[in-house]
Amino acid sequence: MKQYWKDYQKDIADDNYFYVRSCIRQNFFPGAENLFIDILKNKLGKTVFEDAEHTTCTGIGYHTDVVPLETTMTVIARQFALMKEKGYRNMIASCVTSFGLYSEVLDMWKHQPELREKIAGYLMEATGRTFVEPENMVHASDILYKYRNEIASIAKYKLINKTTGEPLKVVDHIGCHYAKTFPERGVGGSEFPQVLTGLITAWGGQTVDYPERRHCCGFGFRNYLVQPNRGYSISQSKIKLESMKPYEPDLIVANCPGCSMFLDRWQYTLEETEGTVYGACGNKIPVFTHEELAGLVLGYDPWEIGLQTHQVPVEGLLDKIGVEYNPGLKYTDRQGNLIGEPEMINQHVC
Amino acid sequence: MLENENHRIAVIGAGPAGISAAVTAAELGIDVDWYDKADQIGGKLNDYYQLFPDRTSANKVLQEFDDQTGTARIHKHFGKAINHIRNDHGRLMLMSDQEAVGSADSVIVATGFDFFDARNKEEFGYGIYNQVITSPELEQKLRTNPDSLKIDGAAPANIAFVHCVGSRDQQIGINYCSRLCCVTGIKQAIEMREMFPSCRVVNFYIDIRAFGSGYEELYREAQEKHQVQFIRGRVSEASENQQHRIVLKAEDTLMGRPVKITVDWLVLLIGMVPSCTQVQVADHPCTDQETGFLKAANAFAGNRLAGQTGVFMAGACGGPMSIPEAAASGRAAAAEALQYLINR
Repeated sequence: MKQYWKDYQKDIADDNYFYVRSCIRQNFFPGAENLFIDILKNKLGKTVFEDAEHTTCTGIGYHTDVVPLETTMTVIARQFALMKEKGYRNMIASCVTSFGLYSEVLDMWKHQPELREKIAGYLMEATGRTFVEPENMVHASDILYKYRNEIASIAKYKLINKTTGEPLKVVDHIGCHYAKTFPERGVGGSEFPQVLTGLITAWGGQTVDYPERRHCCGFGFRNYLVQPNRGYSISQSKIKLESMKPYEPDLIVANCPGCSMFLDRWQYTLEETEGTVYGACGNKIPVFTHEELAGLVLGYDPWEIGLQTHQVPVEGLLDKIGVEYNPGLKYTDRQGNLIGEPEMINQHVC
Repeated sequence: MLENENHRIAVIGAGPAGISAAVTAAELGIDVDWYDKADQIGGKLNDYYQLFPDRTSANKVLQEFDDQTGTARIHKHFGKAINHIRNDHGRLMLMSDQEAVGSADSVIVATGFDFFDARNKEEFGYGIYNQVITSPELEQKLRTNPDSLKIDGAAPANIAFVHCVGSRDQQIGINYCSRLCCVTGIKQAIEMREMFPSCRVVNFYIDIRAFGSGYEELYREAQEKHQVQFIRGRVSEASENQQHRIVLKAEDTLMGRPVKITVDWLVLLIGMVPSCTQVQVADHPCTDQETGFLKAANAFAGNRLAGQTGVFMAGACGGPMSIPEAAASGRAAAAEALQYLINR
């Protein structure tokens, strides 16, 4: 049996990372990025630096034709220049769209040196900074993949149903911009990606290979940002959810801001509008980011890493794994004040 | 006429082109040393079921070929792969793994082709999903065990063929057309409909290239008599459902809309690529840089191999070719080799 993913390996730097955050993830999954930095620094002992001067990559504006290509390139060249100025050569992008856009820009510079020269000129003219390219540029999920076994060795929990002893069934969803543009830049390529499967299996779970595994989550900037197209967005999520439903997955993990967001939020909308849920026992399927999944197995407090901000409740899964948590603290801040509570939860017991 | 009757020709390859070259040279009165890596004649013909366009049995064609090879002038050296020809002061030395195993005054290279490795088109899931097979694998099933096409003992309900797998595809660097996959898909679709009349058979194509004699008629017959459905569009993805059936996504480019169907078998019509055992001729480039197939010195003038003296090519080692074309090419190469020996 051919294992296609073995043909797609990539260089992932060992240490000394310059981390660039996402524009939107801090709203969608507010604990995920801090959790990633904490895992790198305090669990894996790595050096990671983030620069308050870094900005958006312009990805959303670029993909919606608001920001011209040369502006995007100059902004990205500035990110790389900041990295060099701070003494780093290895970049980690938090966001899949940023990672895809950085990859695309680096590829264009490689094939069009005159364009690279032009952008270097713009960068100098606009910011006085010197143009440089990173030695290594990866996505945050690549780092977790690289250190998946180290994480497994210090994990508190496994992705195993504590009652049955069976591996949890995990749907992995890879953001389109991670490897569909440049399969060689993603661990495992684009057809049978390994980057999240590697995490799932290393941490005790099993991957669900369902027919719509490679289908877009429905986020697609034009699908969502153009308001009349939002019906198209939710219909794509529904295609995926219907396809995975017969497998009764225990959870979904995604490495893209939009995918995590919409696979989570649209489940709520579909339940509200159609009365349909896609998990077992009349429940929705909890959705995690790659960092959150790592945090879960490493034993972080679920409410410290922001799992209460998910639309789909996670308690059913926490109970399956046997994660210790205090239900009473779910909607409180660190001072114990109530932060607000959703009206509709509809969580059933299997 | 040849002044020296001791001249010998070597033929490398015992597929249709090699058979025709060896038989023709022998009939013209020349002794032939005949090499093949396999122990028997026929090459890939041994694996086929029926041949397009008239559905002649491959066994029958092979037997007819074999019947011609019993002449005393043909000396078989089978089970030996020749992988290099060395020109030693005009004498052509036949090398097998650095060892000279024979020599000749003229050589006809008829080493055929390989099939494209469908695993390089990952989106079709070949090598991962059991219900995804290639066109030569379907020929093998039809030839040896047609019942293996049944699903749990019953006729399959849906079968899809995908054309141009490993042909006309810039993504994998194969820009040429393999020419024969279309008619193979048409023939096999008809065979499936005949074997399983209740089965829906769909062919996904870019455009149908039915160039040979009788091919267009077979294409029409497939549609009108056998109700084979042809959808113009590439398949973008194959995946497996819980019942281990293959879910296909494609675009119907004539209707301008996406298509999604579930099939019991997905058959990939794989193209032809240069043989990995293709003979390397020392010091002179004799392959087409883009396709990797052997190249004639002047394709308009004959089959002499580019940059070589006394070496000729025949059949699909020079590019995708049907069995009748390969046989004709073998006969032509034999005549050219004889002409070379007379004139030199």
